[in-house]
Amino acid sequence: MTGRRIEGAGAWVDRAHPIGFTIDGRLLQGFAGDTVASALLASGEVGGFISPLSARPRGVYAAGVEEPNAFVEIAAPWFEPIRPATMVNLVDGLVVRRRAGVGVLPSDPVATRPARHRYHHVETLVIGGGASGRAAATIAEGRVLIVDEHDVVIDPPPNATTLTSTTATGIYDDGSVLCYQRDGATDVFHHVRAGRVVLAAGAHERPLAFPGNDRPGVMLAAAARAYLERYGVLVGERIVVFSTNHAGHDAAEALATAGATVVVVDPAVRPGPATERLRAAGIEVRLNARVIATDGEPALTGVTVSAADGQRTTLPADTLAVSGGWNPAVQLARGLGIGVRYDEDRTCFVPDGSGPDWLTVIGRAAGNVPSSFPIWVIDAGDDREKYVELQRDQTVADVADAVAGGLTNAEHVKRATYIGTTIDQGRTSGVLTAEIVNRLLGWAPGAQGPTNARPPYTPVPFSALAGPDGGPILLDPIRVTPLQAWHDAHGAVDENVGQWKRPRYFPRAGEDMDAAVARETRALRTSVGVLDASTLGKIDVRGPDAGVFLDRTYTNRMSNVAVGSIRYGLMLGLDGMVFDDGVALRVTDEHYVVTTTTGGAAGVMDRFEEWLQTEWTDLRVYCTSVTEQWSVVAVGGPRARDVVAAAGTDTDLANASFPFMTFRDATVAGVPARIGRISFTGELSYELHVSPWYAQHVWDAVMAAGAPFDITPYGTEAMHVLRAEKGYVIVGQETDGTQTPEDLGMAWIVNTGKGDFVGKRSLVRSDMLRADRKQLVGVMTDEPARVLVEGTQLIAEATIPEPPAHMLGWVTSSYRSEALGRSIALAVVEAGRSLIGQQIHAVVGDTTVPCRVADPVFYDPEGTRRDG
Amino acid sequence: MLLIRCPWCGDRDEIEFKYGGQAHLAYPSDPEALTDAEWADFLFMRDNPKGEWAERWMHAAGCRRWFNAIRDTAAHRMVATYRMGEEPPR
Repeated sequence: MTGRRIEGAGAWVDRAHPIGFTIDGRLLQGFAGDTVASALLASGEVGGFISPLSARPRGVYAAGVEEPNAFVEIAAPWFEPIRPATMVNLVDGLVVRRRAGVGVLPSDPVATRPARHRYHHVETLVIGGGASGRAAATIAEGRVLIVDEHDVVIDPPPNATTLTSTTATGIYDDGSVLCYQRDGATDVFHHVRAGRVVLAAGAHERPLAFPGNDRPGVMLAAAARAYLERYGVLVGERIVVFSTNHAGHDAAEALATAGATVVVVDPAVRPGPATERLRAAGIEVRLNARVIATDGEPALTGVTVSAADGQRTTLPADTLAVSGGWNPAVQLARGLGIGVRYDEDRTCFVPDGSGPDWLTVIGRAAGNVPSSFPIWVIDAGDDREKYVELQRDQTVADVADAVAGGLTNAEHVKRATYIGTTIDQGRTSGVLTAEIVNRLLGWAPGAQGPTNARPPYTPVPFSALAGPDGGPILLDPIRVTPLQAWHDAHGAVDENVGQWKRPRYFPRAGEDMDAAVARETRALRTSVGVLDASTLGKIDVRGPDAGVFLDRTYTNRMSNVAVGSIRYGLMLGLDGMVFDDGVALRVTDEHYVVTTTTGGAAGVMDRFEEWLQTEWTDLRVYCTSVTEQWSVVAVGGPRARDVVAAAGTDTDLANASFPFMTFRDATVAGVPARIGRISFTGELSYELHVSPWYAQHVWDAVMAAGAPFDITPYGTEAMHVLRAEKGYVIVGQETDGTQTPEDLGMAWIVNTGKGDFVGKRSLVRSDMLRADRKQLVGVMTDEPARVLVEGTQLIAEATIPEPPAHMLGWVTSSYRSEALGRSIALAVVEAGRSLIGQQIHAVVGDTTVPCRVADPVFYDPEGTRRDG
Repeated sequence: MLLIRCPWCGDRDEIEFKYGGQAHLAYPSDPEALTDAEWADFLFMRDNPKGEWAERWMHAAGCRRWFNAIRDTAAHRMVATYRMGEEPPR
């Protein structure tokens, strides 16, 4: 092939603006508007590419998304592992290297193309800016958007917004369309909601299967024409055009007019209007003829043509342009579930049925394509040299193997051969394969169509989907408390709790987690510790019926909590399983603040609103999420009272006047605070609920006041150990949605005498009353230093029996307890409370570890420490 | 992504909404009067028709109101939406 740039053609390139680029280390030059493929062809290079499986030489084959041969990796100015050379525009600093159909991801992070997302709401979206699409856009009313995957739309209608280099990758429900735009050096992902979608996506030319049809220099006829008209590149000097249809003939005429020597090979028996026109223009047309071989090492030098009488002629040629007919671009419609039917006159598959009322398919996509002589495979030569799927190196012989193996459905043949599973998604191979299968089975053309098509229409980089939300945060926000900067400055090791960051522990120099947690728990049990508990979910519940509402929501009674008091509560699902827990603070007769678990806040809020709106519509209650409106500094330990007093408060902290499970609205360190005597550790504890604006001030005041007592900030890990020592459950750790209050040993909190509440009826279902339900217990290893892994299975036997072994349950929490000087674990075990004191065994690898079932309250079972 | 007409806010993307399962299942007035089988039927059993049925949605990222909708499960098409307490449109 001897491609060159010619004068007087090339509407898409700007010859005043040359751009250099590097391919495989060599510097080439093109113009603004060129693709890597068009610039290569203009430089006289068609090939240099190889196929991925057989390493056969390959050349540029198409001019758009259907390219099956010419792939490059983009190395600069951003990284992209693989993209058709026909879809990479020249930009300053572009560095590419040829890739054999498979991209290679680097192991280290690389700079991807910057990407952003845009949203559009329009009355009409037109997909495809060709003649049909522009005509439809012109008569559309309201906001009109045209998207076109090509880099240029000619004469865009003035009433429309036109996005070029923009591919509609999928059409979804109710006029929702996603579009991917390669906009200069940026990717833009467009989310379009349209009242009406007009699909005018055009058609793709299909090749023919003849021996040697993969040689560099063989390309689609429409591509040869596109390179001429768009980029001013005449792909060859001696061009054979093998065409079954007038569009292929038109391409031949354009190539001849541009100066190439052209011979047209046409399988049709009789001349048609296009034949007469070409002959009148002095172009040789060989009717009733077929291409049966190609020559060249590797690039094309000759084409062997067989005439009707069997006579063979070898024509010198540097380019063989093939047009085997046209496939309407129905992929986007098929993604909506619209079928296809065979149009015998046009030898193609057209949309069958209308689909949703907001979608219209028009133009070539609807089947308005040139009639084509019905031929797919040339009956000459070796089927192993007739390529069907260039990117998978699959030939007519490979398809025949699949059919000989018993496969008759194109979908099955696809899965056996991988035809159509390529980057171009079978644009050139799909219909061809289906027709080869039909023919092998003796079926009529069109008896079955190509395999189904699903979004995306063309590959979309993950970096474009991620858009500006790439990087470590991905799509989920990170929530931090007002104290996070302090935690960071003091070396906190964080953990994720839902979306929240929480300090897990605060290691001092040289400490690992175990050492830090031991120190933190010891401080709390012997002196004083402080925890940032701001992430606790908080819901403000107000209204005359707030008490009634909470009575129906929690298992115990909340309506008789005294103003100024606090009560712990469990919340169940309708199925009777523990859903969340927390405390309710009664602020006034008609005002409560309830707390939820850190991860459960949104779910509880949703639950409250659902019941109020859908079942208890007569209740006058309003719920407001106030999680972020209250920061919580939890001061706990034997010296907690001293610390709060030293921080300065106007309320009497004495136990008699401010007892456990009450709260006071007061001041701490000179700012308003709601002080609650709530304990998740079993120690004397004051939770200081303050405005987030004052959180740092109060924290600092507490740290200063606690300095004489070596006050120790502690994290969630120490909190987990401390609460496990007390046998307090964590919803989501001890529970997995299959635990009732009874299972957790918390029947004491279920008030069956107060009327109905959510989940109550389920608690007396027969399954809930089984004696062998798993129950929460403590587990202590015989060897005190041994800490079981959470999730460890528990069995009765000392030796693991043959499978299926009977599992009694599993460990839900497991720690080393500083206070007890040994390991402790919580577990759910079948009829576990009846086993307290008995030996069971934990399965560790291939062996077992002996343990004893214990009461889940390991520390201070009398509760003597909570009042200080 | 469906376009869903919130009866309070108008047409919005499906991503703003939370799905709530079958509609018009009244909570029993006296659950304790039900047998285990009757309670289990209310708790666990749901219709699964091909075609139109009534279901609940909540405009989670908008007004946070629950409402009812008729959706065609075969066509995956929203036929109508209506406010809580209203009769399904005919």
